[in-house]
Amino acid sequence: MRYSWSFVARRFGLMLLIIWSGATLNFFIPKMTPRNPLREKLLLEATRSGYIPPGFEEMVQAYEAKFGLDKPLWQQYASYMGDMLRGNLGYSISNYPKTVWELILEGLPWTIGLLLVTTILSFLIGSLLGALMAWPRSSNFVKYILPSFLVLGAVPAYVIALTLIYFVAFRWKILPMGGGYGIGTFPSLSVSFALEVVKHSILPAVAIILASAGGWAIGMRGMMVTVQGEDYMTFGEAKGLKETRLFYKYGVRNALLPQVTGLALSLAFLVSGNVLVELVMGYPGIGTLLARSISQLDYFMIYGIVFVIIVGLAIAMFIMDMIYPLLDPRIATEGN
Amino acid sequence: MERLRLIGGYLRRNVPLIIGLTILLVLTLFTIIGYQIIDPKVDPYPLAGPASAPPTLNYCPRSDPECENTEPVAYPFGTDAQGRDLFAVAVAGTWMTMQIGLMAGVIGLAVGAFLGFTSAFYGGIYDMIVRWAVDVLLTVPGLLLLIVVASSLGETTINVTGMGLIIATISWRGPARVIRSQVLSMRERSYVMMARLNGMSGMGIIFREMMPNLLPYLGASLVGAVTAAIFASMGLAALGLGPLREPTLGVTIYWVINQSAFLRGLWWWGAVPIAIVALLFVMLFMISIGLDEVANPRVRRSA
Repeated sequence: MRYSWSFVARRFGLMLLIIWSGATLNFFIPKMTPRNPLREKLLLEATRSGYIPPGFEEMVQAYEAKFGLDKPLWQQYASYMGDMLRGNLGYSISNYPKTVWELILEGLPWTIGLLLVTTILSFLIGSLLGALMAWPRSSNFVKYILPSFLVLGAVPAYVIALTLIYFVAFRWKILPMGGGYGIGTFPSLSVSFALEVVKHSILPAVAIILASAGGWAIGMRGMMVTVQGEDYMTFGEAKGLKETRLFYKYGVRNALLPQVTGLALSLAFLVSGNVLVELVMGYPGIGTLLARSISQLDYFMIYGIVFVIIVGLAIAMFIMDMIYPLLDPRIATEGN
Repeated sequence: MERLRLIGGYLRRNVPLIIGLTILLVLTLFTIIGYQIIDPKVDPYPLAGPASAPPTLNYCPRSDPECENTEPVAYPFGTDAQGRDLFAVAVAGTWMTMQIGLMAGVIGLAVGAFLGFTSAFYGGIYDMIVRWAVDVLLTVPGLLLLIVVASSLGETTINVTGMGLIIATISWRGPARVIRSQVLSMRERSYVMMARLNGMSGMGIIFREMMPNLLPYLGASLVGAVTAAIFASMGLAALGLGPLREPTLGVTIYWVINQSAFLRGLWWWGAVPIAIVALLFVMLFMISIGLDEVANPRVRRSA
């Protein structure tokens, strides 16, 4: 038995706690503000026709009764929690017949796909560059010029994305401006469509990789410096091992372990995506969906997306916690 | 004098800190001098100048026959499609963004430090609650929490101060965790024991004995909190949940995205906020690396 029961139970408890807090915050924060979305929406519809009908207040009350908003707060909270448990997130206001769930399910594959590829690529690129930067026999370019690119990691990915759009897409017209696939093509399971998707995903992917590879590089460089002080490195060098073998098998392999830990953690954050890069690129993931819902004041959509991301995150973290002891057996035994 | 030379000598070895402080100096001078030139109540707002004028040092509309007689108006950074003078936007926006960041960062650090100190020092159920709250809230991406808060407040009520307060609702999480773990390791030190045996009150020990020892950490945490706050405020603003009437950097980027400035060929409209944002984040990054080196002597040796 690899896991201790208390470890599994505690992690499971944390997952439930995160989901519960997410749902609760989602319910109470909007209630605490003076804003009344229902009244706003009705007022908007009413003023569109030029005048506010005399029975407006009664209308608002009637709708509030219909949605159960006139009941005491704890009853509303209970029925809200019941809905959340059953996965009933309600309908989108601006795309009415569609439910919040349907719209999220449309966007989720895009978000996860983009983030999965970029997370793994930036991990590989960043770790390799970091290792090379710490390697004493690297070229001067790698040792002194490359580290200055690390500052890109300090700049938000969407700012990099904006810059890339201007130069690569607008000026040089190498890649499309945005979107998930070209206008006029329909999603299908064909090679040409796949190529289209890849072509549209390059810019957002490059932006995310540029912004996040630096972090991996810094971590890897630190570990590589530590590893180089180890006796087995000196021994391997004295034995006359080949440079590449010394670098990959002795250095990188040992320095990589803490990095893999970090990778597992950041894989859990796949669902949350990179909202702003998606928005800037018009990528059809849940980030763009969220941004659009915000500008359309589609509250059910906003709270639904936030809730789904929190649930996804909590479950992913739980799974990672369970996989983790398989990677590093020292972790499962720590009971407290 | 001797002391100054020592600090100077140290700084020469701490290159990131120098770079960061230099950028800080440049941005400060830019803001101070800029405020002498612009009219902060008019220039960074719509209709202050002609729409979509490219960067020029002497602007003169072709339609104006008396152009040569009148004093030309300079738009060194150009204007945007709504007629904001982008130089004024850069000057006022940088300062507003810094204000939001500093406000949220300072509040966050103060609350976080208080929670971290007290929970680690007193322990018990209180510590457990604080720890769980921080753990849970740190798992949820801050931007999402802020989106819920800001979207239920509505953008009409948000101004620069409001923005700072909204961000402050999450900016205490990081400092609370970092400082709590630091205090935990410090609680059992002999001088704390000594103070306890001398009958010093808990708060007295926290503020008079422990706090001074953690000053470098608090400094580094402050820079971290300010960076996170600016990051969050920009993200929120770029989504359209910022103070839309004010020319902060985040809101300017929102307009750049929303009005597709690049597709209309108005490259300067995007270039101005992007350049300043990049500069700002590089500055904070460099300062935080530099301060890390001051706070963690171990990093100094391995570098």
